[in-house]
Amino acid sequence: MSESIENARTLHECIAIGVSAGGFRALSAILPKLPQRGRVAVLIVQHTRADAGDFLARHLDGICQAPVKHAEDKEPILPGTVYIAPPGYHMLVEQGKSLSLSVDEPEHFARPSIDALFESASDVYREKLIGIILTGAGTDGSLGLKRVKENGGLTIVQDPKTADMDFLPKSAILAVSVDYILPLDAIGGFLSKMGS
Amino acid sequence: METTTDVERIEIQLLLEAVYRRYGYDFRSYAEASITRRIHRHRNLNGYRSISDIQHVILHDREAFLRLLHDLSISVTEMFRDPPFYCSLRKCVLPKLKELPFIRIWLAGCATGEEVYSVAILFQEEGLLDRVQIYATDINESAIDKARQGIYPLEQIQEYTRNYHKAGGKSAFGEYYTARYGHAAMQAFLKQHILFSHHNLVTDGSFGEMHLIVCRNVLIYFSKELQDRVLHLFCESLIEDGFLCLGSKETLRYSTCSTQFQEWDPHERIYRKRSNAS
Ligand SMILES: C[S@@+](CC[C@H](N)C(=O)[O-])C[C@H]1O[C@@H](n2cnc3c(N)ncnc32)[C@H](O)[C@@H]1O
Repeated sequence: MSESIENARTLHECIAIGVSAGGFRALSAILPKLPQRGRVAVLIVQHTRADAGDFLARHLDGICQAPVKHAEDKEPILPGTVYIAPPGYHMLVEQGKSLSLSVDEPEHFARPSIDALFESASDVYREKLIGIILTGAGTDGSLGLKRVKENGGLTIVQDPKTADMDFLPKSAILAVSVDYILPLDAIGGFLSKMGS
Repeated sequence: METTTDVERIEIQLLLEAVYRRYGYDFRSYAEASITRRIHRHRNLNGYRSISDIQHVILHDREAFLRLLHDLSISVTEMFRDPPFYCSLRKCVLPKLKELPFIRIWLAGCATGEEVYSVAILFQEEGLLDRVQIYATDINESAIDKARQGIYPLEQIQEYTRNYHKAGGKSAFGEYYTARYGHAAMQAFLKQHILFSHHNLVTDGSFGEMHLIVCRNVLIYFSKELQDRVLHLFCESLIEDGFLCLGSKETLRYSTCSTQFQEWDPHERIYRKRSNAS
C-alpha cells in the first residue's frame, strides 16, 4: 500500500468522494487532514435534501486548511481546493477540467448523484483520478466507482465495519474489485499525504 | 456501462452535427458532460448498439429524431423553486418595477411553465399583474404545450404550497388553481398575462425591450462560449436599468458582458443592466 501511496502523490490529480448518510461526521473527520496548499483537487457529492443550504460547506471550510466551497457552474477546478456539489444539483466534470451543474432527473433517487460525478470525472481524469466511497445508504456510486476502475484510476472504499451506514460501501465493494478497503482514519491519513 | 472513449467523443460530435445539418437544432455547444449522459441514456433506452447507430437512424427517420430531441431537452422544473429567490424578487426588484406603466417580462427556458405561474402569482400579490406581459419561451414544444395548459398533478401541489409559503406567499395557494380529477388547473386570470411560444436561445434572435429577464437553470447546460453569446442576447434584449435573474449557482463572472451589469442581489444572482451600458 505505501508504494502506491507514493505513486498516488505524483500521479493523481483529483479525488472524487461520494457519501450519503453519516457523511457530515465522516467528512468532518477526514477533510481537515488535507494539507493547506495541496496538489490535488477534491470533488465531493454528499446526498442531502435539495433545500439543505450551504451549512455543510461552511462548516467544513471552517475546520479545514484547504478551502472548501460549493461548486459554481463553469468554475475551473483548482488544485488544493475542495468543491462540494450544491444541494439539488448534479455536479459534472467537463473536458478542460471545469465543473458544470445540472438539474436533470435524480439518479438512483439522488441529486446530486455520485455516479454522475464519478463517471464524468473519470472520463476526464482517467488514471489520474482517485474515487472514494464512504458511509451511506443506497446504491448510487457503485457504477461510478466501476468506471473509475475501468479507466485505470485508484479505488478506495471505507471499511463497512467503520461506517455509520454500511450499505453504500458494501454495494460498492460488491460491484467493483476495489483497490483498498480502509477504515476512516486510514483514509484521513491517506489524504494528509496526498499532494503535499 | 462503458467508458466515453475518444472515439465516442467523435461519434457524439458527429451526431450533434447531423442533428444540426438535418433538422436545424444546434446542440453543438452544449456542455459536454450532461449532453453525453443524455445521449447514453437515449442509446440504452432505445437499444442502439452505438452512437453512430443513432446518427444513422435519425438522419432518415424524423420520428426517431423527435424521440432523441425529447431526450436531449428534458424539462425538470418546480413551482417556487428556491423560495429565497422569490423573496428577493418581491423585496428588491418589484418595488423598482412598480414605477413603470407597463412591465414586459421574458422567461427564457420556461419548461412546463411552473416557474411562469410562480412569477405571475408574485406580481398578482404585489398588485402589478394588470400591467404585466410575460413572454414565456422554450425550445421544447411539448413542454410549451404543457405550460400553456397549466395543469399539474395534485401530488406535487403539496410541495409547491410549502415552497409558496417559504417564498413569502400572502394568500392561500388554493386561490390560484382549481382542483379536478387529481389535477390542479391554474386560474385563467393568471394565464391572461402570459404568452407562450417556441424560441431557441442558440439560433433565434433578441426578444425586444424587456424590463425583466428570468433564465434559471438553462445556461448551465451550455458551454462557457455559448453562455457568453446568450448573455449578450439578454443584455441586448433588456432596457437600461432592466433586471436579469439567473439560477442560484450561475454567475456572470466568466462572461464578457459582466461589466454591463451591476450585482443587484449577488446571493440570489439578480443583476441590473447599467444605464450607460449597451
Ligand atoms: C432545467 S429546465 C429549467 C426550467 C426552469 N427555468 C427552472 O429553473 O425551473 C431547462 C429548460 O431549458 C430549455 N432549453 C434548453 N436548451 C434551450 C435552448 N437552446 N433554447 C431555449 N430553451 C432551451 C429546456 O427545454 C428546459 O425546458
